[in-house]
Amino acid sequence: MTLFAHLVKRPKWPLLYRVAGACAWFGAVSLAYFLRRVAMLVPLVLVISFLAFCLVRVAPGGPFDKERAPASPDIERNLKAKYHLDEPLWQQYLRFVGIGFEKRDGEWRAFEGGLVRGDFGPSLKYRNHSVNDIIAQGLPVSLSLGLLSFCFALGIGIPLGVWTAIRRGRWQDHVGSFFSILAVCIPAFVLGPVLIVLLGIRWPVFPVGLWGGPWHVILPAVTLGTYFAGKVSRLAREGMSQALQSDFITTARAKGVGETTIVLRHALREGLLPVVTYSGPLLADLLVGSFVVENLFQIPGIGVFLVNSSINRDYTMVVGLVILYSVMLLTLNLAVDVVYGLLDKRVKYG
Amino acid sequence: MAETTHQPGQALGQAQETGESPNRRAWLRFRDNRPAMVASVFLLGLLVLALAWPLVSSQGDVHSEAQFAAPSAGHWFGTDVHGRDLFGRVLAGARISLIVGLVGALVSLVIGVLWGATAGLLGGRWDNLMMRTVDVLYSLPSIIFVIVIITTLEGVLQGWLQSAFGGGSGETARMLLLYAGLGAVSWLTMARIVRGQVLALRERQFVEAARSLGLGTWAILWRHILPNVVGVVIVYLTLTLPAVILYESFLSYLGLGIQPPRASLGSLIAEGAAQINPVRIYWWMIVYPAGCLAAMLMALNFLGDGLRDVFDPKADKDL
Repeated sequence: MTLFAHLVKRPKWPLLYRVAGACAWFGAVSLAYFLRRVAMLVPLVLVISFLAFCLVRVAPGGPFDKERAPASPDIERNLKAKYHLDEPLWQQYLRFVGIGFEKRDGEWRAFEGGLVRGDFGPSLKYRNHSVNDIIAQGLPVSLSLGLLSFCFALGIGIPLGVWTAIRRGRWQDHVGSFFSILAVCIPAFVLGPVLIVLLGIRWPVFPVGLWGGPWHVILPAVTLGTYFAGKVSRLAREGMSQALQSDFITTARAKGVGETTIVLRHALREGLLPVVTYSGPLLADLLVGSFVVENLFQIPGIGVFLVNSSINRDYTMVVGLVILYSVMLLTLNLAVDVVYGLLDKRVKYG
Repeated sequence: MAETTHQPGQALGQAQETGESPNRRAWLRFRDNRPAMVASVFLLGLLVLALAWPLVSSQGDVHSEAQFAAPSAGHWFGTDVHGRDLFGRVLAGARISLIVGLVGALVSLVIGVLWGATAGLLGGRWDNLMMRTVDVLYSLPSIIFVIVIITTLEGVLQGWLQSAFGGGSGETARMLLLYAGLGAVSWLTMARIVRGQVLALRERQFVEAARSLGLGTWAILWRHILPNVVGVVIVYLTLTLPAVILYESFLSYLGLGIQPPRASLGSLIAEGAAQINPVRIYWWMIVYPAGCLAAMLMALNFLGDGLRDVFDPKADKDL
């Protein structure tokens, strides 16, 4: 018996102590690693922004092709000069970043604005607005919709995935897995119209579009979140079934731990690691808005702008949105790694 | 799968007793997976039907007076805004979606496997450089890539095709670019997976043996490493396929993909969605293409699951 004593009698520290202990351990071991990661963010974002900057300019056509009147060569030249599109590419990029000098009013002065001052510049399509303005207007809408869909995706996906993993091979698993695969196979541009027709027009429970009270949020959030709920549930099922087969679960069963405790206290922590990994890119995708959903429900977010501005060659807008997206993605991936380390202490950083 | 990857202890029932080849065992295991078998039969049937239907009937292209006709004996899926038979249109769309999906997935396969295997094999500084490139590409929204590839190269390719094959090749150019574009955005995960596999494999003893026998790097890659990656690659390929099809239908829904009068499932759904209004609902215009798309994707998913069980029996050992 003494051989297994350490398994049976474990000092029960209060939860707060344990969390604090984990954080302290974590902080000491990996602070340096994460500082390095944070420092890497800046060059990464610069590289990404430069790539996006070049890519949109490589595509034929320009931001002024779809002007109301066919612009005369003179007008177009003036427009290009005004937005400095006639300069060489590297000069444009330096101006966009905001590092460098130019001759203004006969004197050499530093660039105004630019990325280093948090300024994405004016939109080339909506020329009375700056990219910052447009993002500031649309981002809160996209953020709240995205956050809600994220909660929907995890709230449906995790319980479904865990449930199907516990009941693996039985009918509950087959039914649940069928629905999660079905959810992955119905794109938002199908689910959206179907929901609008059924719950907006046929039985008018919800408003069919626009952005206002809490009732307006539900259909778009469900439309956006269903695909990801399916994906999360499949990941959760896979992770949980593997966790439930591992040796430490067998040990726990042998010790006589109840099945509920095994699932909730032991298996969940390891089984949900795939979901944790996936939730970083997922949240980044959801927070910057979705073209389809915002278009279908006429929601004033920023999701429509990424597609539209790449089609319109609204150079500054595209680059601004790409930077926004990549900063979110990289930060969230970093956050995922932090959570990962807290959940799974075998992970070594370095 | 090559001989080197299977362990003798795997539970294989009759196949093991008769000592059959790994491929045969894989097939036997696959045959017992009912959803995967049903899915592959369905996909084969759909493919044959979609390829053969234009020979049987050309109603899908014929404009007629019967606009927005509900499904009937004459038009099984009803008709669309120009009075075209929706059944033929859906099959044509399924054909294009399947072809684009297959070719796009193959393009991503070639790029991803070569990139990942090279990075894993070279290791060190090259590995670092190549995988950081993948990281950077991951954080660029892929829609920008697709739009840039399609618009930049379309003119070039069209001119080239015109001079090489004569007129009428505009649509072909768009299709080719769609394949290339979709493949070019979906190889990243494949590259990561293959690199991970190669990193693990190159430490194995049979690779060491090959190296000590004097085999060159590329010969080792070709003869020893790639055959062992095949299983994982096939499994991931079947997961890429629905993703590419979904992406193509999204692009066609946006109007960037297949151009009318050609149909893809995405553009058919977009046409159906455009007809939604509170007065009349032409449900068949959206239900049938969407149903076809969903059925196709589900079949591919079940097929992928089945293949994964075949190539990675560990994942489902107690079923």
